[in-house]
Amino acid sequence: MRINTLFYCIWQGIRNIFKNKWFTLASVATISACLFLFGLFYSILTNFQHMVRNAEQGLCVSALLDAGMSDERVAEIRGMIVLRTEVSQVEYVSAEETWMQFAEENNFGDISIFTENPLEDCAHFDIYLNDVSMQSTLVSYLESIEGVRKVNQSFLTAQALTGVNAIIGYVSIGIIVILFLVSIFLISNTVSIGISVRKEEIQIMKYIGATDFFTRAPFVIEGMVIGVIGSFIPLIGVYFIYNEAMMYVVKRFPSLSQLLAFLPVETVFTNLVPVCIGLGVGIGFIGSFTTVRKHLSV
Amino acid sequence: MKTTGTRRRAGSVISDMAIVMEHVSKSYTQGVPALNDVTLHINKGEFVFIVGDSGSGKSTLIKLLLRELLPTSGRVIVNGTDVIRLRRRQIPKFRRSLGVVFQDFRLLKDRNVYENVAFAQRIIQKPNREIRKNVPSILSTVGLAGKYKARPKQLSGGEQQRVALARALVNKPQILLADEPTGNLDPKNSWDIMNLLEKINNNGTTVLVVTHNREIVNAMQKRVITMKKGIIVSDEEKGGYIDED
Repeated sequence: MRINTLFYCIWQGIRNIFKNKWFTLASVATISACLFLFGLFYSILTNFQHMVRNAEQGLCVSALLDAGMSDERVAEIRGMIVLRTEVSQVEYVSAEETWMQFAEENNFGDISIFTENPLEDCAHFDIYLNDVSMQSTLVSYLESIEGVRKVNQSFLTAQALTGVNAIIGYVSIGIIVILFLVSIFLISNTVSIGISVRKEEIQIMKYIGATDFFTRAPFVIEGMVIGVIGSFIPLIGVYFIYNEAMMYVVKRFPSLSQLLAFLPVETVFTNLVPVCIGLGVGIGFIGSFTTVRKHLSV
Repeated sequence: MKTTGTRRRAGSVISDMAIVMEHVSKSYTQGVPALNDVTLHINKGEFVFIVGDSGSGKSTLIKLLLRELLPTSGRVIVNGTDVIRLRRRQIPKFRRSLGVVFQDFRLLKDRNVYENVAFAQRIIQKPNREIRKNVPSILSTVGLAGKYKARPKQLSGGEQQRVALARALVNKPQILLADEPTGNLDPKNSWDIMNLLEKINNNGTTVLVVTHNREIVNAMQKRVITMKKGIIVSDEEKGGYIDED
């Protein structure tokens, strides 16, 4: 293909956008509306996942060690635990530290009156996991280690978090699939109506001897540019709404700020921008490509 | 009623012919066929009228020649190309060897006269410098050199048909198919268009005109093929318009 033919097709596609203003507006509005909903759901779900992940990371398994264990053996056990893939962090808490922590939490005041450490056998490892669903596997492993006398775990919390995580995953997929299908349906209808009006133009091109590519190219370029415009508008909208909503919740419910740890907008948009633009361009491409094809059999 | 045309050409070599149709039938449904065992030979450089009432099969014939339709049976050869054997991707190139003019002009309404004509050149990927040379030249041939910036809706019917003619001719086709080219025009413009078609024919282009215009057909004294209910009922050199009755 000659370079001037390529430029001609691109120019015609861009020209069509301004020429068919109402069609362009309708298509941009449809794509924007669909991607706006998509962007909102994506932001909400990503934050939910982030909050659940935070909760997971705060959850730990405690492995209580036999009393009077040597420092070498403690280091050896620690080394064994650290090697596990499901483990993200291991903290050793000595019997003395455990006792002081306990006394402080329970307002015992001056603990020097105690001649012995009542929690002498409570030296332990606090073990944090990468994936809370692997908790029972880790617990079984810890119980098999010589010198570990007891393992404390939050089985119900772990199970609940795993469940919530799975539900968020399924809901995300469900909502995204539904929104995607609705978008394709609405957009292909809008594009279809817009292009049907120009059916005669396509027929004329075909009668004169235009190839399918030459006939289709301006429409496809038009669809893709509309897709790009239609994805930028909701991204801008979501950006401002996200920031405003985040600030509102933080100001209005300061007590929840620990629990509701929002992701920064930049983090959400790192994935959202390419996904939205990709969806917009893809929908514009597929919509115009398939609709023009219907009219090419002349 | 004479049917000499087909018989006279039966011995000619097919490669010398612009159009060959042999025992061509076309049925849309189970009913009466739109074309029924039509055999037709048109030499290169001929000027031929195809006349007949509505439903006589004229439009189907044009659509077969354009490879818009495929015949139910028979053989269609245009410019030496067996159109039935054409693959879908070969159709655009084949159509570029034909010029087509329609009753309703079929111009691209959003483009000016220059761009409508240039469009046919862009399709065959002519360089811009050649387009800039060829388009004004063909526009002056059809008498529209001064209106190259006008949009179709700013032109009269006759002028629009001239633009369509210029578009059909700019790629120098060997055959020009004109489907009711004067159907939407007043008598003066009709004659202007027919004179242009004759001039084009005199330069060597085969011209096939489907028309209802009795006055023009009778006056021009060209070969006239008359169709009725999908059959060629008459094929006369220097013929005239035959009434159905």
